[in-house]
Amino acid sequence: MNFRGYNTDGFYDELFDESGRPRTGAALLIQKIEKLPSGDLVRRQQAAEAAMMNLGITFAVYGDEQGSEKIIPFDIIPRIIEADDWRRIEQGLKQRITALNLFIGDIYGEQKILKDKAIPEDVIRSADSFRKQCVGLKPPKGLWCHITGTDLIRDRDGQIYVLEDNLRCPSGVSYVLENRQLLKRTFPKVFEKSRVRPVDDYANRLVRTLEHLAPDGVADPTTVVLTPGTFNSAYFEHSFLAQQMGVELVEGKDLVVSDGFVMMRTTRGLARVDVIYRRIDDDFIDPRAFREDSMLGVPGLMEVYRNGRVALANAPGAGVADDKVVYAFVPDMIKYYLGEDPILPNVPTYLCWRDEDRQHVLGNLETLVVKSANESGGYGMLIGPASTQQERDDFAEKIKAKPRNFVAQPVVSLSRSPVIVGDHFEGRHVDLRPYVLYGEDIHVMPGGLTRVALRKGSLVVNSSQGGGSKDTWVIDDAPETADVLVTQSQQQSE
Amino acid sequence: MLSRVANSIYWMSRYIERAENVARFVDVVRHLVLDLPDEAGNQWESLVQAAGAEELFAQQYGEATMANVIRYLTFDRENPDSIASCLWAARENARSVREVISSEMWEQINRAYLMVKDAGAPARVEEDPAAFFSHFKKSCHLFLGITDTTMTHGEGWHFGRAGRLLERADMTSRMIDVKYYVLLPRLDYVGSPYDNLQWAALLKSISAFEMYRKRYQQIIPKNVAEFLILDSHFPRSMHYCVIKAEESIHAITGTPGGTYTNPVEQQIGRLRGEMDYAHIQDVLDMGLHEYIDTFQGRLNDLGQAVFETFFDVSVMPKLPA
Repeated sequence: MNFRGYNTDGFYDELFDESGRPRTGAALLIQKIEKLPSGDLVRRQQAAEAAMMNLGITFAVYGDEQGSEKIIPFDIIPRIIEADDWRRIEQGLKQRITALNLFIGDIYGEQKILKDKAIPEDVIRSADSFRKQCVGLKPPKGLWCHITGTDLIRDRDGQIYVLEDNLRCPSGVSYVLENRQLLKRTFPKVFEKSRVRPVDDYANRLVRTLEHLAPDGVADPTTVVLTPGTFNSAYFEHSFLAQQMGVELVEGKDLVVSDGFVMMRTTRGLARVDVIYRRIDDDFIDPRAFREDSMLGVPGLMEVYRNGRVALANAPGAGVADDKVVYAFVPDMIKYYLGEDPILPNVPTYLCWRDEDRQHVLGNLETLVVKSANESGGYGMLIGPASTQQERDDFAEKIKAKPRNFVAQPVVSLSRSPVIVGDHFEGRHVDLRPYVLYGEDIHVMPGGLTRVALRKGSLVVNSSQGGGSKDTWVIDDAPETADVLVTQSQQQSE
Repeated sequence: MLSRVANSIYWMSRYIERAENVARFVDVVRHLVLDLPDEAGNQWESLVQAAGAEELFAQQYGEATMANVIRYLTFDRENPDSIASCLWAARENARSVREVISSEMWEQINRAYLMVKDAGAPARVEEDPAAFFSHFKKSCHLFLGITDTTMTHGEGWHFGRAGRLLERADMTSRMIDVKYYVLLPRLDYVGSPYDNLQWAALLKSISAFEMYRKRYQQIIPKNVAEFLILDSHFPRSMHYCVIKAEESIHAITGTPGGTYTNPVEQQIGRLRGEMDYAHIQDVLDMGLHEYIDTFQGRLNDLGQAVFETFFDVSVMPKLPA
């Protein structure tokens, strides 16, 4: 199979430049693929899919009692990011997370940023994800967002934008790690020679990030992953991460609050838990503090947390920054807290609660993407150019009824990357979700989850909407490799 | 170890063992059908009787032909004890403890599940049941081997082994019962060449034929019963299973052997002690079927005690500091 006739017109392609030549980091891979005997690439794709099925890297198809399962669609052609691009992404994310963490602490503390009117007070007052129960909380080490999965997109001109900050329970990192294992098997030789930066130490770093939060005086903390259970669509990931970290995976019913501590029920009685990586949303973690009807959480958990006798990651309340109206103010936060210009820009965003913006949005629905301020997963969206008059009218009514709930952005022509379609390659739109860990310092996983909209022309990459994934190769500069090795060996010797 | 996790490992193991034994049940009848004359009656029907499912079966399948019985025992998801149902349950339990078992174990359970699921057209299996069931048994053995060589032999592994052996003890006893109680179509068969053929088929389906031969040579019902019930070294005999299950229970609790601190240890210790010193004549005097019936009752009580002692999270003592 070869790339003759592969069309990059009109979009930024992640592997080929505008003249159709492979980008520097991708050259070796393209060369190798073109040399493969006919049919070989498709066989490798099938082998990777069979491996995923056998490893149970699947999700349940809802409503099918026979337990039908599908693998998460996966394309074996990696997406490649060159060292320069990556450096900027890494710096930009560190800057952004630093500011967001300061912001969340401030919002639940003194609220200086509101008093100084750097952000309108209304924005926070009206955010559904603002948790009044968290006001005055002092999370361990002053950290709120320990694990973040930021969505980045690239426009036609190559500019990278932040599309969303996911500070609640971002998922997908297990696919990054599994995809990498599969790709090492699929393209072993290219892999070896391409200086791809490793991602396999993620679990190690994650457990270190979590243990960093343990209450003072606990020398050998017990860390657990809290999952809603096997029926949750991200269950595979919860169990994968617990396994990789070597910690218990617990459900709400395994935990109980007793004598002021969180305990887990074991075959030998109750045992104390110090750090909880919770993969349950704020609303459900404690029926006494949040939703009373939650069956997933642990009654009394928040009180123990408030008393500093258990740590939660991410901190409750951190989701306030996921609100899409709050998102629009992140560049202002960066200026306010750090006195710096944002390294990674936001996608320009119209806020429908501003009269002027709303008039503009209502007048230009067919060219804009409208999003609900509090939805994720690609739900509650209107993609203007692909919408019908009826859909636009419906959305206009919704916007007028609750302007605070909606924001709008120009359509970004997401960059594309080649995928295998039958016997040839076609470009499909991609985004990128790098994972950021905030513990003793900030670590950005080199790469992240590349989600790809497998439907031709589609701009929606979410797995719930027909999206798939790819491995992401961050290509290292040769000298920098040496630096990384030095720091790693220093860390090991510490 | 979390109670929920221990519970899942225990049941994962039990279900795999159960699935394997269903394949053995089918095997015993397959051997018989080949060896016995037609007038010996419909051997396949005896399997349905053994499962206590005559009425349900008649409604859904009608006649107990080989094809129907294999379909019912292997693929029918309405039948909670079919191979497909057991594997599904084993896999659901495994899924909820994936972080505790090794990834090789998970992969193997998953492969076995997919193999049965994708055997798809039962017609293919009916054409060559021997191949399918022998492949299936091997994949269960593979799971066992992987478990023993990739999972730390700690608390979780012992819960798995206890579950597996309690299930196996129960299943072996059921197979003896099928032979003795169900397959005995006419009293004048007892002691006839057909009777010996049946006992030989039973030994084969429990993978015990050669090991029995080494121990006793001649096939005599009393010796077969002794071997399958009381032998303390053959890994599928009821006595052996109880001995090793007891070992695992004590490994879990840390209580020294010969003593007890909870109902599980007490019940299994008593059962084991009785079997240690039992003579096959005691069993036959009691009546083989009656003995097995009582044995199964005690395993049920034991299972309940395991649940209450280790898994039931509604009443839970606090760990001393």
